Amino acid sequence: MTDTATSSVDTVSDDTWTVAGRTFTSRLIVGTGKYKDFAQNAAALEASGAEIVTVAVRRVNVSDPKAPMLTDYIDPRKVTYLPNTAGCFTAEDAVRTLRLAREAGGWDLVKLEVLGEARTLYPDMRETLKATETLVREGFKPMVYCVDDPIAAKQLEEAGAVAIMPLGAPIGSGLGIQNKVTIRLIVEGANVPVLVDAGVGTASDAAIAMELGCDGILMNTAIAEAKDPIRMARAMRHAVLAGRDAYLAGRMGLRRYADPSSPLSGLI
Amino acid sequence: MAQNDTPSERISLTVNGEPRQIAAGASIADLVAEIGLDPAKVAVEHNAEIAPRSQLAQIALGAGDTLEIVHFVGGG
Repeated sequence: MTDTATSSVDTVSDDTWTVAGRTFTSRLIVGTGKYKDFAQNAAALEASGAEIVTVAVRRVNVSDPKAPMLTDYIDPRKVTYLPNTAGCFTAEDAVRTLRLAREAGGWDLVKLEVLGEARTLYPDMRETLKATETLVREGFKPMVYCVDDPIAAKQLEEAGAVAIMPLGAPIGSGLGIQNKVTIRLIVEGANVPVLVDAGVGTASDAAIAMELGCDGILMNTAIAEAKDPIRMARAMRHAVLAGRDAYLAGRMGLRRYADPSSPLSGLI
Repeated sequence: MAQNDTPSERISLTVNGEPRQIAAGASIADLVAEIGLDPAKVAVEHNAEIAPRSQLAQIALGAGDTLEIVHFVGGG
């Protein structure tokens, strides 16, 4: 969704975004994988200010049923759990996973990702579109991970995706926003929120995505694999806010040559 | 020697890919309790169909049934 850069935003808290009828203040969504332990994960979440976390659906360990669970550390009544289909390579597996997620959590807002191959973790768009159609028929509200292709994004939106989530770079790569042109084209063409999902490595990458007009960002590895994940979570919070504000403020035009900031008249 | 009329006849199931036995006539709720899980924190698929949490006590298990019991874990 594009916002007009001229809209006046008095305070940061006035600036909210809405997906499938649910309104959030934080534009940062964080993953819950790869952390040292649940306590570090919970502390990083707190520092990030995120209101949504992605979670995976996996078999319980039948031989150790009393092992600590994510829900013991991150309260699903306070933080929105966004079940993700990470690890699914077919539409069928992804839909099956999300049916179980809905039963486990009781909500319909889900994140769909159908992967094409293990090496790049690039999405399989044919399977992704098929899964989106099935999920929408079954009453789910899928936020959909996709390639940074404005046409594919449009097709997902037409199929009923409640948010478009193009990759900035391959999952877990930390390479940053590789194609600003296509991300911007997706933002301009979409009538649902656009969130960069995957590829962010450090704070400036998050700011760039927000400056392009994205509604939000989803990241996991950039925080979890930082030397100090809690400090990086805080950095990401600031970067998302800064990038968003810069987008709303409307950046200056680019010039090919210098333009002095001090007056030229009255020089001694 | 008649040993086949023991009161607790057992049936074989596959739970999360592993063989398991349970008393004949047990429900999914019985299985979840026997494993030691909180039914509020898991979801169950019974022979490839979702078993709604509200009906776990009503669904009887049969010999050869396949169950998947899942929960939320950390992920990206």
